[in-house]
Order: sequence, then C-alpha cells, then structure tokens
Amino acid sequence: MRRLAKELGPPLAGVAGLLVVWAIVAAFVSPAIVPSPSEVWSAFARGVSDGTIPEAAAKTLLRLAFSFVVSIVIGTALGFGLALNEFARRSIRPLVVALQITPYIAWLPLAVVWFGLSERAVVFVTIVGAFPSVTLATIASFGQVPPLLKRAGRTLGAEGWQLYREVIFPAALPGYVAGLDQAWGFAWKALMAGELIIAGVRATGLGHLLQRSQDDVPMLIATVAVIVVIGVLVEYLIFGTVDRRIRRRRGLLVDA
Amino acid sequence: MADRSQGSVTLMSDRGRPAPKLSVEHLVKTRRSTSGETVTAVDDVTFEVHQGEFLCLLGPSGCGKTTILNILAGLDEPTSGAALLDGKPIPGPGPDRAVLFQEPALFPWLSVVANVEFALKHVGVAQEERRTRAMSWLENVHLTGNANAQPHELSAGMRQRAVLARALACDPDVLLGDEPFGALDAQARELLQNEVQRVWVESEGRKTFVFVTHNVREAALLADRVLVMTAAPGRLLEEVRIHAPRPRNLDDALVARVVSEIHEVLMGEVSKGGST
Repeated sequence: MRRLAKELGPPLAGVAGLLVVWAIVAAFVSPAIVPSPSEVWSAFARGVSDGTIPEAAAKTLLRLAFSFVVSIVIGTALGFGLALNEFARRSIRPLVVALQITPYIAWLPLAVVWFGLSERAVVFVTIVGAFPSVTLATIASFGQVPPLLKRAGRTLGAEGWQLYREVIFPAALPGYVAGLDQAWGFAWKALMAGELIIAGVRATGLGHLLQRSQDDVPMLIATVAVIVVIGVLVEYLIFGTVDRRIRRRRGLLVDA
Repeated sequence: MADRSQGSVTLMSDRGRPAPKLSVEHLVKTRRSTSGETVTAVDDVTFEVHQGEFLCLLGPSGCGKTTILNILAGLDEPTSGAALLDGKPIPGPGPDRAVLFQEPALFPWLSVVANVEFALKHVGVAQEERRTRAMSWLENVHLTGNANAQPHELSAGMRQRAVLARALACDPDVLLGDEPFGALDAQARELLQNEVQRVWVESEGRKTFVFVTHNVREAALLADRVLVMTAAPGRLLEEVRIHAPRPRNLDDALVARVVSEIHEVLMGEVSKGGST
C-alpha cells in the first residue's frame, strides 16, 4: 500500500496540477474554445450514461486487439524468418525499415481506394503501422542474444530446436517485449488516425466519436481524455508490468 | 585406403594403450581479421591428452590457447590438421565435454538450481530426479543457500561455482576450462582451484581436465603437465611435467620450483621475441 502511494503519488500530483492550470485558463478564455473541467466532466458523464463512450471505446479496443494480434503474428513470423536467413534479412529488412519510418497516415488514401470507407481499411492502416516495429525488434532481439549463452547451451547438449526453445528464445525475450511495447504505441496512433479519417456512416469508435463531435468541444476533450487514459493504462499495466518483471528477474533493472 | 586404416589400428594397439582421450595433430587455425588479412591463431600444434590427465595450456593472451580449447569443445573447427576425441574426429559440442568459459555463462532467466537442472535434463536425467540431483551438486560447491537466487544476485566467485556445479552435473568425461577463474579475486580463485583439484582427484583417473591459463601459478598448482605456448601465432614451446603429490598447495616447495622454472622459459621467450 505504501509502495503504491509512493509510486502513484507524483504522477497524480502532476494530473492535479494540470487540472488546476486548466481551470485557471478556462476561467479567462471563452468556453467555446476551452471549456472548464466541470463542463468536460458532465460531457463525459453524458457520454457514458447514453452509452456512446463505452460503445465507442469497446469497438476501438476490439479493433486494436485484433490489429495488434495480427501485427504480432505477421511481424514475428517475418522477423524470425529474416533473423534466420542473412540474404533475406539484407534484402528485406531495409524495406521494413522504410515502412516503419513512413508515416502510417500516408497509407490512408490508398487504404480507402483498396478497401473503401470500411473497417478493413482502418485495420489495414493499423497493421501497417504496427507490424514493422515487431519485425525489427524480433530481428534485433535475436541478433543481441549473447553468443556465450548459445555456446554454453550447445556444450550442455542443447542443439537445433531445443537450443532455440531453451536458450535463444528466452535470451531474446527482453528485446522482443520492448519491441511489442513500441509496436502497440504505433498501432494505437495509427488506429486513432484511421478511425478519425475513415469514418463509415454507421461506424463507431473513439476516433469516429472525435470526428462527429467537432462542434461539441467538451465532448471532444472528454473523448481525448478517454484515449489518453486507455493508452496510459495499457502502457503501464500491461507492457510496463511485463517488461519490469522480465528485467527484474534477470537483474537488468536497477531499482531507484 | 584399407592399408591406412589398418595402420592406425596397429598404432593404437602398438603400446597396448588405447587412443589418447584428446589429441591434436598439426593443428592450424587461421581466421580473417576485420581488415581482411588472414591471421594465424594457432600454428602447427601437436599434443595428446590421456584419459585421467590434467593438462594446462599456458601462454600469453592472444596465443591461440582459447582457440584450441574451442576446437576441443567442438565449438570451432581446425583450418587444417586434426583434433580427435578417442581417436575420432571431434563431433560438435556435447555434454561429454563440459566447458567453463571465461565469463560465467549462467542463463540469467533461470534460477541457480534451474541452471543445474538444465544440464541434467540434457544428459537424460528424469524430471522428478533433477531437483535432488541439482541440489546435491550445489551442495558440493556450497551454494545450497543460493539455489533459488537468480544468477545476477550472486558474487562473481559464486557464479563460477554455480557454473562448475552445472558443468559437473553433466558428469563429463572431459572438463575444459578457458581461464575460468581469471576475473576472480585471489580468495575466490583459490577456493575454486581447490574445488577443481578435488573433483579431479576424486574422479580417480576417469575424468580428463584441460585448462587454459596465463597464470603460471595456477598451471603449476593444477596440472600434471603444462604445455607452454609462444605468443601469436601460437606454437608449443615447452612441456613441463609436474609430479608433486595432491592435493597441492601454492606454498609447496615443488610447486614453487615449477613456477620459477616456467617463468624462466617464458622470460627467455619474451627476450627472444624482443631481439628479433
């Protein structure tokens, strides 16, 4: 309990500070531009009670989960293949790097041409945004497996697939998880961009909600806040926890 | 062809003795440096190690002794010449030849006892037996209290002790050591040297140990026979046999004499290298 208070205290203080600054700014600026925190809160409460926000968040999370899982599968399979074959790696890795540094937004018009204003277009952009990070992290994490551990495994009798399963995969795990962390960030951003721009008539999602609330500033801010909170929760609760656990176990994490 | 194989059979039974446990014949190892030149790491080295013998390869760093050890372990292959195990070309690496590397190569995601169990698993020990067997190996190196610790929580000396326990758990015929105690403080090193000596003595001629070191005192303490190597490219310079009884101590007069003898050989080599 005390540790929790010690860890959560400072960030909560930061949020409180932000709310104070916001309230002060809102007091001096037209509510049409910067509504007060209480107005935003009532917009949020309204959105929750009439079901728009929960429904949009659920749809968005479902899309995110689907796209992210597909990105992991594609990205890992491609990365593993490229890690094994040097020629393939040298010919294909640069393309994956190019894909990763290309802003995912650039794919949106093409996605619309290919898939129309549809769910598939949004998912396509999200996957294209996320899987390159998974692939590059997979390649890098295999490359960083200490040769000493591979040699130790082989002299202890692990060869072939056993060596992969018992030495190389566990040794590559921290780098791989760090790559997934980065990839989910890309997926989240690409999904929001996709939902915002590719809005089918009956589509629901947090990005769509943003698109439809353009003349309702309190609702806009409430939706942005929901997007922020989801991002923070996934980052800290899922990836932060897994990453910390792996690193602590291996002595890679220095406790402050 | 038939003649040749017959010839080697005759050779083996020649002195009524089986093939040496390990042998290296006209071994040459070259490698390409980063600048693209061919560098000779080991230059025409020939020696034999008999079963139950404790051999030390002694030489300055960069003399190719680690390369020879890696070839014996099956982790590397000769450029030319032969490296044999029981008279046959050395296959890939395997738990019959355990290796103590310079750095303690414990798997950081496994606890200390799980690291030992890893070795037991690959020599076919049934799962339900592994924990007790692993614990008894850890007891030998006084690490029972640290069995469930992660490797990073141990001191450098404890890590090498854990590695020794893991290596011995394979019940190897051959134990290869690549300066495994080089980075340890004097006290931890002495403890491990005594441990290695004890294990070797207790194997009563079953186990063959080959250790690589640049530490003359270590070689004199541990080995039956020391092969002194030149600086790069590595060649054999001199063979020193040590008949001192065991367990040996660094203060033993005989050990001390061997140390100074080897020092003389090495100093001669250094001054020769300086004049040419």
